[in-house]
Amino acid sequence: MRFTRHKSRVTAVPDAVEVQILRQLGEELLGLVDEPAVSEDPLAALVGMPPGEVHPPDDPVLSRLLPDAYRDDPAAAGDFRRFTDADLRASKRANAKVVLASLPSDGGKLTLDRDQADAWLGCLNDLRLALGTALGVTEELDPEGYDENDPAYSALQVYGWLGYLQESLLSCLEPRTSP
Amino acid sequence: MTAPAELDTPDTDELVDRPWVTIVWNDPVNLMSYVTHMLMELFGYSRDKATQLMLQVHHEGRAVVSNGTREQMEADVARCHAKGLWATLQQD
Repeated sequence: MRFTRHKSRVTAVPDAVEVQILRQLGEELLGLVDEPAVSEDPLAALVGMPPGEVHPPDDPVLSRLLPDAYRDDPAAAGDFRRFTDADLRASKRANAKVVLASLPSDGGKLTLDRDQADAWLGCLNDLRLALGTALGVTEELDPEGYDENDPAYSALQVYGWLGYLQESLLSCLEPRTSP
Repeated sequence: MTAPAELDTPDTDELVDRPWVTIVWNDPVNLMSYVTHMLMELFGYSRDKATQLMLQVHHEGRAVVSNGTREQMEADVARCHAKGLWATLQQD
């Protein structure tokens, strides 16, 4: 499976196994960036106020997907998170849902318009961030250089494949700049 | 006639005017091509400028990608996070 460009559309033909892998990863990502359990003040929720304190995630994968905005200022980072966490999670869920909705059920051709392609690009990146962080990858990592008996072998193959997919999608897309 | 008293005013300009910056940090996952693509989309940089910043992130571990008010930089950081770039803001 690789992406190719046809005028304003991008297409790919995943096989059944590739669809299965992408569906599973997409659904895991959806669960991961689900709305955080915060004790909402019902009145604040009613008037659209952000929730009270939103704690930074303990999980390293989630910390990478939802990073702190201030490096050395936990109070400012907490405030920023309070106002942005829900939107950031929602945008990642929206991208994942576009990917899941566009997957042909049992393999076959998928066709994406530009907005869908951008959602795919963002979701593939989130999947690589999640998997790469969970695997503790480094810049020197060569997924091809792992022994088949290594417990991380399969996951590293998937990680490498996602990178290949993302590169092929990127090669189909000219950056579009907002006015 | 007396000369106006010389007031020993604290130099507040430096504090007030120091701009805020958005910094993108290196990480081992994001593809170089993806970072360049996103710097072009998010900040309207030319491919040359975006590539130069991406390489700075890659080689030096970080690069300042924008500067302005604190509010502007918070918006820039939020847009970076939405695209998976590891960004923070700070006063320069």
